[in-house]
Order: sequence, then structure tokens, then C-alpha cells
Amino acid sequence: MTIQFGLKSWLAGCTMLAMTASGAFAEVVFNRGNSADPESLDPHKTSTVYEANILRDLFLGLTTEDAKAETIPGAAESWTVSADGKVYTFKLRAGAMWSDGSPVTANDFVFAWQRVVDPATAAEYAYMLAPIMNAEDITAGKKKPAELGVKAIDDMTFEVTLNAPTPYFLEMLTHQATYPVSKANVEKFPTDFTKPGNLVSNGAYVLAEFVPNDHIKAVKNPKFYDAANVKIDVVNYIPTEDRSTAMKRFEAGELDSNDDIPTEQLADLKAKFGDQVRLGPYLGTYYYAFKTDKAPWDNVKLRHAISMAIDRDYLAETVWQNTMIPAYSFVPPGITGYETRTTDYAEKSQLDREDEAKKVLTELGYGPDKPLKMEIRYNTSENHKNTAVAIQEQLKPLGVEVTLLNTDTKTHYGHLEQKGDFDVARAGWIADYRDPENFLALCKTGTGNNYGQYSNKEYDDLLASAAAAADPAERMKKLSDAEGVGVARDLCVVPLLYYGFHTVVSSKLKGWEDNVMDRHPTRFLSKE
Amino acid sequence: MLRYVLKRFLTAIPTLFVIVTISFFLMRVAPGGPFNQEKGLNPVIKANLEKVYHLNEPLWKQYLLYLNNLLHGDFGPSYNLPDFTVGELFAAGLPISIQLGLSALVLALVIGGMLGIIAALYQNHAADYAVIATATAGSTIPTFVIAPLFQLFFALTLKWFPVGGWGDGAFVNKVGPILTLMLPQLAVVARLMRGSMIESLRAHHIRTVRAMGLSDYSVIIRHALRGALLPVISYAGPAAAALLTGSIIVETIFSIPGVGRYFVEAALNRDYTLVMGTVVVIALFTILFNLIVDVLYAVVDPRVRYD
Amino acid sequence: MTDAVIPAAPGRSLWGDAWNRMKANRAAMISLYFLVFMAVLCIAGPWFTPHAFTTIYQDYNRVPPSLQPYPKADKIELAVTDAVRRARVELAGWEERDSKVFITVTSAKPVDERVTRYIDRSDVFENAVVTEKSADGTRLTLSADVERKYFYFGTDNSGRDLLTRTLVAGRVSLAIGLLAGLVAVFIGVLYGATAGFTGGKTDEVMMRIVDILYALPFIFFVIMLVVFFGRNFVLMFLAVGAVLWLDMARIVRGQALSIKRQEYVQAAEALGVSRAGILLRHVVPNLLGPVVIYMTLLVPQVIILESFLSFLGLGVQEPMSSWGVLISQGAKNIPGANWLLFFPSLFLTTTLFALNFIGDGLRDALDPKDR
Repeated sequence: MTIQFGLKSWLAGCTMLAMTASGAFAEVVFNRGNSADPESLDPHKTSTVYEANILRDLFLGLTTEDAKAETIPGAAESWTVSADGKVYTFKLRAGAMWSDGSPVTANDFVFAWQRVVDPATAAEYAYMLAPIMNAEDITAGKKKPAELGVKAIDDMTFEVTLNAPTPYFLEMLTHQATYPVSKANVEKFPTDFTKPGNLVSNGAYVLAEFVPNDHIKAVKNPKFYDAANVKIDVVNYIPTEDRSTAMKRFEAGELDSNDDIPTEQLADLKAKFGDQVRLGPYLGTYYYAFKTDKAPWDNVKLRHAISMAIDRDYLAETVWQNTMIPAYSFVPPGITGYETRTTDYAEKSQLDREDEAKKVLTELGYGPDKPLKMEIRYNTSENHKNTAVAIQEQLKPLGVEVTLLNTDTKTHYGHLEQKGDFDVARAGWIADYRDPENFLALCKTGTGNNYGQYSNKEYDDLLASAAAAADPAERMKKLSDAEGVGVARDLCVVPLLYYGFHTVVSSKLKGWEDNVMDRHPTRFLSKE
Repeated sequence: MLRYVLKRFLTAIPTLFVIVTISFFLMRVAPGGPFNQEKGLNPVIKANLEKVYHLNEPLWKQYLLYLNNLLHGDFGPSYNLPDFTVGELFAAGLPISIQLGLSALVLALVIGGMLGIIAALYQNHAADYAVIATATAGSTIPTFVIAPLFQLFFALTLKWFPVGGWGDGAFVNKVGPILTLMLPQLAVVARLMRGSMIESLRAHHIRTVRAMGLSDYSVIIRHALRGALLPVISYAGPAAAALLTGSIIVETIFSIPGVGRYFVEAALNRDYTLVMGTVVVIALFTILFNLIVDVLYAVVDPRVRYD
Repeated sequence: MTDAVIPAAPGRSLWGDAWNRMKANRAAMISLYFLVFMAVLCIAGPWFTPHAFTTIYQDYNRVPPSLQPYPKADKIELAVTDAVRRARVELAGWEERDSKVFITVTSAKPVDERVTRYIDRSDVFENAVVTEKSADGTRLTLSADVERKYFYFGTDNSGRDLLTRTLVAGRVSLAIGLLAGLVAVFIGVLYGATAGFTGGKTDEVMMRIVDILYALPFIFFVIMLVVFFGRNFVLMFLAVGAVLWLDMARIVRGQALSIKRQEYVQAAEALGVSRAGILLRHVVPNLLGPVVIYMTLLVPQVIILESFLSFLGLGVQEPMSSWGVLISQGAKNIPGANWLLFFPSLFLTTTLFALNFIGDGLRDALDPKDR
């Protein structure tokens, strides 16, 4: 009985599959693997790239990104900048509509941005709007949200006043924290506006279904201004926590792309999938932080010695299977107009570095009878573990006794944030937008993410003068100098590797352009 | 009987209360919090977040607040999935986990039970050894090995089933998860059944019935099985509570949107409300199935009385 | 055990009887020998394998198991080009003769003689020396011995010998199983016996506590323990053992209650035998059976639990390892490097098999109804 029933429904399932594959009016469905479910579909309550991948399709910021992640006009058709670089006036796209048919107005932006900085929203990305006048004070509860430097001149004109000229401001507006939300809709469903059926958006797609841990279905938004050029009808974002399963699902055709691959299987996957495996640089840095306010790690020479003894080529090539790139600077290359400052041994051979490191350790009095002890803290992950294990072995010939301490992610960052005791800790930083300041701020005195507790007046001053610089080139120069002081000279963090993206993209999918931000809006893709 | 069940329900309340209390404070002693992450938060923003979720209040106040909400059936919002309340997450995932778990349990009981009986009847024969060997193998290979092997063989090589996904509950999507959940249980059930059946067949009253000339078949079913079922039932109770509340391994490997993952993920993410939700759900299931076991005992074994 | 038996009545003791019956059980005895063999192998084995469990062979990561020595022919070429590239000089040519390689390198600038260190650095070569040098020093010929290495189980993703790691992991897994098992039994017996023998209100309260703990989600509890004690796996598994005693307590209490009511115990009490005497003479022997059986079931349970934690990334700290850690890594590497899954699984599964059979054997041997 049961077997019969089972067979029947199985056959039914098969025919259904066959139908969707060959139906004459088949809609184009893109099954997009996304490492995790979004935390929230409220653009103002997000914190990870997984949300960004989905929200990029649902919403449209003032500016947006093309297939190569270059900034192009989005909800704003055009804009003007005042002579002092502080006031931006955006002309909104005529006839742009929310998915419910109501017009997208400047008031929606005013509402949305005030909402982001409002302490009651507690937006994790509130700091994205920090360049705007009064934003930081509002988030800290010192001013009212209404005092934010934004204004709706009329329905179609939106004006923003900044604290200082901010060269990356337009690019920043592609970030999901700056997306508009429909004022009417949020007021109608204050807590539930992100639910399918409630969510009103202005992007190329509208939310249709959200089954946590299973899929998010978004369908083409007919009200989108460029809907005629959107070729994929349905996107299913499928959370793929288990990377091995994701690869099998990709192989079986259940996924058309996935944003991650298990690096340990890279060689096999390349053999199997060929150039469907995409690798390339990504704007992020994998680093170790010394606790710089604690002996013996307050000694810059010692920090450099350890850094020199780490064979980054091996880490990149073998541990990470070339999905990462050896790093000698904190800011990765790829930011136009910025000159990265690497440590002076970047060009030396590994042997010279090791000889140098040995010399320094001997000078400092470390030897067989007085070995240097060091504990590496890292959060749970196969690759973090392999990296730490490799470094432990690399430091062994120098007589450094390395112990490893693995904790779960929350314990790890909780410990670092509370300025807990440690020797060396693993961390990473992925840029929110293409600007060196996004990285360098992590070494500023007293910053929450400054896990090494690095503090140097010269560095802080250079960052401050960069922020005040009117000329973008001058600003970049100052930032570069800051990196020269804080990173290349003082090693506030030990850069190990630049991140690389590693994705699989089906050959059926067209228009997928590799880029350093690893951002791929579905509206520019098509599928055969 | 009814009075007994009622009384048990009443004693469940203080039990639940103690469990909620222990878990609440245990959770809070753990290092790190829900808002610690790779991209560390600005202290001002973190303070705002904690205020929104009342995490800035003294612990005892938070505890009372939680108890009060719980009494009103409100599990609170999930910290790491703020779009959903804990209640909504369970409403979406629990039916799926129950469906898979129950299928696996029933299959394990039926097939495992039959295998056990066969093994007992042919004690120390080839059939017996075959059953024991398979059963032991089933219980010694970890689920996280069986599941990917299943995917490789049945999904990628033979293409009989999809690799993963729930597929809105299509039959083909359920086969892998159910089989993987079932195997270790099947093994235990078969072993238990075999052991107790052997013992039961040796018991005096069975020998008597046999001597009276009743056919083998009816002897086994009517008499021996009755007694032999008791250990299986007492095993099946806690097993059911565990199976029906999902398995993180099966759910992550097969991409199933059940609730099993929350038990682990929530604890690792310090998603306090979701953790408390899972604690309450598991405790309820455990208490419920213990009660069912006791009632079944009385049904199967006439010597057991609860009046 | 049999030593203690009075000569006049050999084999009458509980243990002598049990041991004889156990000996008759072939599966159980083979399992017992196997388990002892496995324990000895894991404890002593790592001293005899050619590699340390922590050593990383950079040139041999993920090599398949082989009875033939490494390097294989194609590997030598790869190692030569790799070493030369790292030394940042040009490779002019190389050849292999009687397990020695001869490498010629050139460079625009005079070649630093330390280049030999790069050759030595490779796990494939040793004793690199400069044999020839051109006048301007821009061309250098080196020779080096080819090192032969054996990886019978292959190597892992970091280039560590899997054989040694599997054995070392075995130590950890077996120790964890035994440790947690002993702790659980210790607490369980103490608690259960106290409850059972004291009886009355105390018993009721104590068992009520067990009921409550029973309904506390086990996994949540274990994860919290890992978070607390994660840096010390011994402590952690003491803690895990401290969670697993509930079943034991119930079993022992039940036994204690029934033993207390036995006529011979009551008789002994009436005769004025001390409480300790009763405990030792009657209670302990009767309790030991179920306790030992339970222990053989508990040890595999703990080992499996440890592998589950490893799957979640909560296993023992590197560079230590356990079978669970190895298997969960292996499971992530199929179908590519299936030896990473195969060998540890083989060790774990056979050990658990053996423990199961020993458990069954003990149950049969100690079953009083069988006498």
C-alpha cells in the first residue's frame, strides 16, 4: 500500500519536474545558493552580505551597481554636488514606483534615513550614514531623528547635507542600509512589513515567499522602471549552510550558482566543474591581531619577527588552495587612487625573512632555554583551524611555542570586544564600500573593532587630517601615510591574506561578471 | 487512569518552571552575546540594540519579563532572525520535523521490530547473525557519514532522489532524511526486540501456552510479543521526543527547514529567546512522551496499574 | 577474580561463572581481544610510525594512501619547480640519477648559495649541496638526495600523516569514552544507590530531580559545557559524564530497591551483619552486573557524542584529534579524498562493534536467569 502510494507521488513529482523544464511558457527560474538565510529583510536591520545579496534585487538605492559592481544611477536619475562637496541634491527617477503602484518620493528617503539612524531602530549599519550631518549624534541619542541632514525639497528632489566632503558617498548609497522603504507600508505594518505579501519594494524583484532555512522566492517586479530588460522571472535564494551539500546540489542542477565552495575540495571541483568555478580577489583582509598593549607583544620588533616568519605563500597556496592572496598590507589592492603600503619585507624572500626573524628573537633574548610562548585564538572554522595549525608549525623552527585556542564565534568576538586577555587573535574584515578608510579605522584609538588595542597619536592624527582634507587625492595620500605608520611600521594588525571570492556559476547563467565586491545583481543576469 | 494522566500534567508545570529557570541563567553565564560577530558593532549601536531587546535591564528583571511573556504564550522575537518570532519559527519548522521524525520512528519500530523477532526466533542462526551485524553497523556509523553517502549514491549517481531541499514536502525529498534518521533507531530497536523476545519466549507462561498446542504464530503474536514490547516502548519514548524535534545533522546536510537546527544554532548564536523556545519545546516533548510510555505500559502489561 | 574463590567450590562465584560463560561466547571474546589490540595499537602505535602526528609535510598534502614510498615520479618535478620558484631563480634544467637530483638554476644576478636551503626545505629533498658554479655566479648546479617517505593511510588536508593521526585520535576517543563513562557510572551508582537504600522522602526528592534533569535538553546542556570548558577536553568530558549519569542512577536505584527487599538481605540484617558488610557481600555484586553492562553501552555512546560535537566544530583542540574530528573532516572531503573518511571510520566502527559485542556477551554472562 505504502509503496504504491509512494511510487505514485514520486512519479507525479517527476512529471512535474519534467513539465517545468520543458513547458512552452516556462518562466526562467534562477536557483541562487546563498551561504545563509538573511537575518532580516528589513534593509535597515541587516548586518551580513547574505542579506545584501537578496536586498540588492528587492530594493533600489539612490545609486546602484551594474553587473561589474560599478556605481550607476538607481532611484535617482541625476544629482548635483555643491562646490564645497557637502550638499548633494538628487533628482529622483520620474515615474518610479513601489511594487504596490505608489510613487517613490523624496519623503520615502527622508523617512527611511531617519529610521536608520533612530536609536529605536537599532540599525547595525547606522554608521553607514555617519557622514551625514547629525547622524552620529542622533544614533547616540543626543539629537532627534528629525534633525538629520536630509530634506525633501519636493516629491522628486532629495537633498543631503554632509559633515565633510565624502568622496565615497555615492558608492556608499549602493549599500542596503541606505535603501528607501515605503513610508506608507512601514506605518501600516510596523512589525510585519517584511513578510511576504506585505513587503513593498522598488527593485527589480518582489518578495513572494520566505520559508526560513528553505528558500526565499522573489518574482519579477512589473512596476520596476527597467522591467523590460530583466530577463530572469523568478529567483529562489536557497540557504546552503553545508557547503559539501551545496556542491552536490550544484552538480545535480538543483542550484545554478553558489556564493561559496569548500576550499579543501577545490582541486576536485575544478576538475569536475571546469571554469564554472570562479576565483578572484575580493575586497577583504584576513588578519591576526596582537594584543599590542600587553608585554611582550607591545614590542614592535617582536611583532614583525613573528609576522616575517609566517610563510603566507604556503597559507595561500596550500591551506586556502589559492582562493586567497598573500597580504602584506591591511588595505587590499583594487581601490582606485589609493597606494597601499606594505611592510618592508614584502619583497624579500621567505628565507631572508626567517633569518631576520631569528636574529630579532635572539636579540630579544629568546632561545631554547627561554622559549617565546604564544597562543593563537581563532573562531570555529575548518580553514581558520588549518591556518592556525600551519602557522604553529612554521613558528616551531624558530623556537616559538605556539598553542591554539579555538572557541565558537560568539565567544571569540565577545572575548575580543570585552578587551579580554590574549596573545594573538584571528579576525577578518570585508569592505562595505571601496575606500581605504573602511579598513584603517579599525586601528584608530578606541574603536570597538580595534581588538589589538593599538593606540598611536601620529596614526590618529593622520586619519583625522585625511577626514578633513578637501582634495580627494590629498585625502588618499594621508590615508596611505596612515597605513605606512600604523600597519607597515607598527603592525597594528598582521595582514596575512587578502580574501578572494570563490563561487560556482553554472555555464547556463549569462552576464555574471567577476568583480572585487563579488556583487551580482540578478537584473543583469540571464539564463539559457 | 484519567486521574493519573491529569496528575502527571500538573506535576509537569513545576518541572517546566525549574527547567526554564536553570536554562535561562545557564545561557546567560555563557561568554559572548547575540550581538558579537565578525563585523564588530559600534558600542553606541550595540547599546541601542540591547535596549530594544531589554538586554540592558538587570538579569532578574529580564527573567521575570521572560516568564511573564511565556505565561502569555509569547516566546519573544528571535534576536538573530528579527523578522520572525520564536513562535513563528516553530510553527513553520516543527510540523516538518514531526513529519520526518514520526515516519522514521514508525518505520524503525515496524522494520526493527520485525527484524528483532526474526533474529530471536532463529537465535544463533545465520539470520540472527545477519540482523545483529546490520543492526550494529547501523548504530555505529555516524549520521553525518550516512547522509553524504546517500546523496552521492542515490542522488548523484543513480539520480533517484534530489540531493537536498524540502521541495514543499514532495515524497522524493523526504526519502533521504527519513532513511538517515531511521537507520540508527532501527538498529537499536532490532537489538532490543531480539533480546526481550528471547527472554519472553523462555518465560513460563509462554512455555505453558506452547505446551497447550497453540500454533507458533499466534503464540508469538499474542503472548510473547506483549511482554517483549515493554523495553522497546520504554526506549521509544525518549527516542520519539528526540526524533520529533528534529536533527541538526540531517537538516543541514539535506537542507531541510526543520527545527532541529535551532537547538544547536540558537545556542551557538546566543539567540537567547530562541534557545529558551527550544528548551521549552524539548522539555514538553520529553514530558509528553514519558507520559505516553507510562500509559502504554499499562495498556500492554496488565500488571501495571496507576490507580 | 577467580583467585578469591575458595578452592573447595571452584567456579561457584558469580564472577568465575560469568567469566566461564563469557569465554564460551566467541564473538565477545574476539571483540575483547580486538579491543585490547586496538587500545595497545593506539597507545603504542604512534611511537613506531615514521611521522609525528603534528608534522606538516608541505609537499604532501592530500596524498592518497600507498604502500610504495613517496615521492612519485611526477612529484619530484613539481617539487623542483616549486622550490626553485620560491628561491626566485630560473630553472635551467634538472635530472634524477640513483635517488639523487641534479638541478641547474640561473639568475640575472649572482645566485645566493642559500638557495640550497630552499631545496632542503622541500619535503622531497635533503642534503642539498652546490656542486658547480659558473664564474660570474649566475649559474649554479646543485645536487640533493631524494627523501623516501611512507604514507600508508595517506595524508590529510594539511599534509599530516593520517596513520599517526588516526592512532593518536584513537587515544583521545578511547580516553574520552572511558573517562566520561567512568564519571557517569560513579555519580550514577552513588546517587542511585543512595536514593534506593535510603528510600522514603529522600528517594522521592532525589528521583524528582532526576526527572527534571531528564527533561532538560541534553544537547543544549552539552553545548553550554563545551562553551565553558572548550579549552580543556578532559574537563569537558568529565562534564559530559556528569550529564550522562541519569540512566545509571535510575537503573541502580531500581536494583537497590529490589535487593533491599530480598529475603537474604533482610536475613543478614536480622543476623546483625553490619550495613557495610551487607553492601559489600550482597549489594555490590548484584549491582555490578548491570553497571558493567551499562558501561559498555555508555562508552560507545560517548564516542558517538564526541563525533557529533566534532561535526558541529566543537571537538577537541588542534593539533590533537579524535576519531570524530577525523571522520567529520573526512565526510566533508568525499568523494575526492575518501581515504580521509575510510580509515578513521574503519577504526571507529570496528571499535564500537567490539564494544557492542562485549556488552552483549557480558549481559548474557551475568544474566542470573541463565545460570
